[in-house]
Amino acid sequence: MEKTQGFDYKTFIEKYGALAILALCMIVLTIISPYFLTALNLKTIAIQTAVIAIIAIGQTFVIITGGIDLSVGANLALSNILTASMMTSGVPLWICLVTALAFSAAFGYVNGLAITKMRVPPFIVTLGTMSIARGITLVITNGTPISRLPEALSWFGRGEIVGLPVPVLIFIVAAIIFNWVLNHTLFGRYTYAVGSNMEATRLSGIDTGRTVRMVYLVSGLLAGLAGIVLMGRLGLAHPTAGADYNMNSVAAAVIGGTSLTGGVGNIFGTMIGALIMGVLDNGFVLLGLSSFYQEIAIGFVVIMAVYLDLLQQTKLRERR
Amino acid sequence: MEYMLEMNHIDKRFPGVQALSDVTLKVKPGEVHVLLGENGAGKSTLVKILAGVYRKDAGEIILGGQKVDYSSTNDASKLGISMIYQELNMIPDLTVAENIFINREHLKGWPKHIDWEKMNSEAAKALKKLNANISPTQKARRLTTAQKQMVEIARAISADSRIIIMDEPTASLTEKEIGELFRQIRLLSEENVSIIYISHRLNEVKEIGDRVTVLRDGQYIGTRDIKEADTDDLIQMMVGREITQFFPKCVAKKGKEALRVENLSRKNVLHDISFSVHEGEVLGFSGLIGSGRTELMRAIYGADGDVSGRVYVDGKEAKVSSPKLAVQNGIAFLTEDRKNLGAILSFPIYQNITLASMDQFSRNSVIDHQAERSRSEELFSMFNIKAPSIDTVTRSLSGGNQQKVLLARWFCRDAKIIILDEPTRGIDVGSKVEIYEFINELAGQGKAIIMVSSDLPEVLAMSDRIAVMREGRLTGILDREEATQEKIMKLATLG
Repeated sequence: MEKTQGFDYKTFIEKYGALAILALCMIVLTIISPYFLTALNLKTIAIQTAVIAIIAIGQTFVIITGGIDLSVGANLALSNILTASMMTSGVPLWICLVTALAFSAAFGYVNGLAITKMRVPPFIVTLGTMSIARGITLVITNGTPISRLPEALSWFGRGEIVGLPVPVLIFIVAAIIFNWVLNHTLFGRYTYAVGSNMEATRLSGIDTGRTVRMVYLVSGLLAGLAGIVLMGRLGLAHPTAGADYNMNSVAAAVIGGTSLTGGVGNIFGTMIGALIMGVLDNGFVLLGLSSFYQEIAIGFVVIMAVYLDLLQQTKLRERR
Repeated sequence: MEYMLEMNHIDKRFPGVQALSDVTLKVKPGEVHVLLGENGAGKSTLVKILAGVYRKDAGEIILGGQKVDYSSTNDASKLGISMIYQELNMIPDLTVAENIFINREHLKGWPKHIDWEKMNSEAAKALKKLNANISPTQKARRLTTAQKQMVEIARAISADSRIIIMDEPTASLTEKEIGELFRQIRLLSEENVSIIYISHRLNEVKEIGDRVTVLRDGQYIGTRDIKEADTDDLIQMMVGREITQFFPKCVAKKGKEALRVENLSRKNVLHDISFSVHEGEVLGFSGLIGSGRTELMRAIYGADGDVSGRVYVDGKEAKVSSPKLAVQNGIAFLTEDRKNLGAILSFPIYQNITLASMDQFSRNSVIDHQAERSRSEELFSMFNIKAPSIDTVTRSLSGGNQQKVLLARWFCRDAKIIILDEPTRGIDVGSKVEIYEFINELAGQGKAIIMVSSDLPEVLAMSDRIAVMREGRLTGILDREEATQEKIMKLATLG
């Protein structure tokens, strides 16, 4: 029987392990660099983390079901290119933005269809759609970015509301909404159920296929939202944008305690995971190291995070 | 040397269960020795000890007059003991010859490499001995089940086996293939190879066997010459236990028809099954493992595709093509495999209880946590689930308590027709009685209950009627008054 009294270190690590790592990184960087703990620098980190954090929310849903979405980066790029060309040909901004979200959500839904109806594993489906979308993007643009986007768009990337950067606000609001969805709706409950035991869930009379399709729709939708923020920040739509977002969004979720075997994960953890990566990135810049080192560091961090998760799973199994 | 093999005083214990105690098996050279017993009698455990899969806890094995001790399948096959498993374990993408010589390939030259010529010709020789028309260079994937079995036998011959164990070798063969297999078995026994033959089918046991040993509940019951043993006697030996367990059966008032199944079939699995269950009735389903009971329940519940036939709920035809539709039609299904197909082990107890009824605890897809928790609390105490609280992780519960959680799940759903597949398997006696009382309670409320059980005393005691299946067919339905263990066994093995 589970222990109830005393200090439950397992739950603590599950919930706050990532937070402790974040704090540790911040303390070390504060000691090393006098610029780290300044309001301006922290704001920069938050803005830079926003895009990946938004994508990682959707990725968390997907990974909780035991899947993976490798197409988020390509989805974002294709969605950006489509809406940017609409903008440059004079379509009202709000229509363009709604189209961006709708297109990306539909893209995700198609992933879900292939996974549930054709029964192709998520890894393969999203690897395939990643390649397809990236290819289409490059064909349309011939590899060149689309610039001269409407001035109003920059509000999503560089605007502020009472001193808070808009990208940061968007990611906080998205995190709050989807945390609520995960914990207080049937869809959220079924997402955990599907990831923990798909067949038992199906035999309880739940439409597991629909749940999985909706999860990939959410992942696509948030990739589209992140794309809007990115275009706002850069002022252009880049056909090769988001190439590293697949890896980084998975990393954020996994560092934040989402288990690749499914059934476990939460939005709060993922946000911390994304911030850890943002802080690491920033730290390398402050230390004057090439951002290439960051890629090396993230690789190690991800492997360690999954390893620790596996250790925990083994312990659970032994206790059974 | 009278006996090729003697297994004396064999004991084997698994966590929580004494699988074998003081079991004896004596096999003569060149005989076909049948091992007979109900599900869970210990036949498989015994032959797996012989084949080196399990280690015995106590007892001795004497092979060809010499005491032997070994602990791996490799050692066993070196001693000339081969086992042909029910689920034929062949590597599909290797050739027949490669499969026959796996782990003892013929090698030549330097650096050592495979001597294909020799392997293929040796394999051809072994197959020829069996009169089997199979090419050694064919991929195993393309073989039929019967052919795979022949290859397995060829493997045993080429390894110079003195004892070949066959676990239900005819389970998935056609009549013609069975005839062929029997011919090969006779060839083997002419060459003085002893066969240990596990089967449930009494007809074929009489046809192929020389002697028979019966096990029951892990105990040795007796050995007979097959010519002298009659069928009723063997059945009596298999089932003849006394009912010592407590079954609190109450017969409820029988109401109108709740579920009717007509001509249900699934290719190669279920054949033209029709029956009905009434409100307040417990319909037991008996039969041997593999007789298609679970498959039938899954078919009614819409868990698998490719099922033909009709299902009527309350007299109206119900299109049950998915578990979701089954649940909407008021059918509940407690699965046999609690851990993999029932509970979500990582969920707290309360979320498992409410999983199938979330529509009751939500409005516009938003969960009403308070309603969910308070209903769970009620069922938690009603079902007497032994755990610190409804927030306890389901994984940490005992089997009996997990089962109660799942019963609570379907009780919460308030289904009219409740299918229970092996509801008390692997559960402690205390929880068993609680589950029986719960079944009574449900029947008393006018629910229709289908209970699949391999436990004969349980099925006899708890059912109002007992349906018996054999090889995907419904072979009979017995009333409570007329049913006996012997009658059920007859329908299950001969029907």
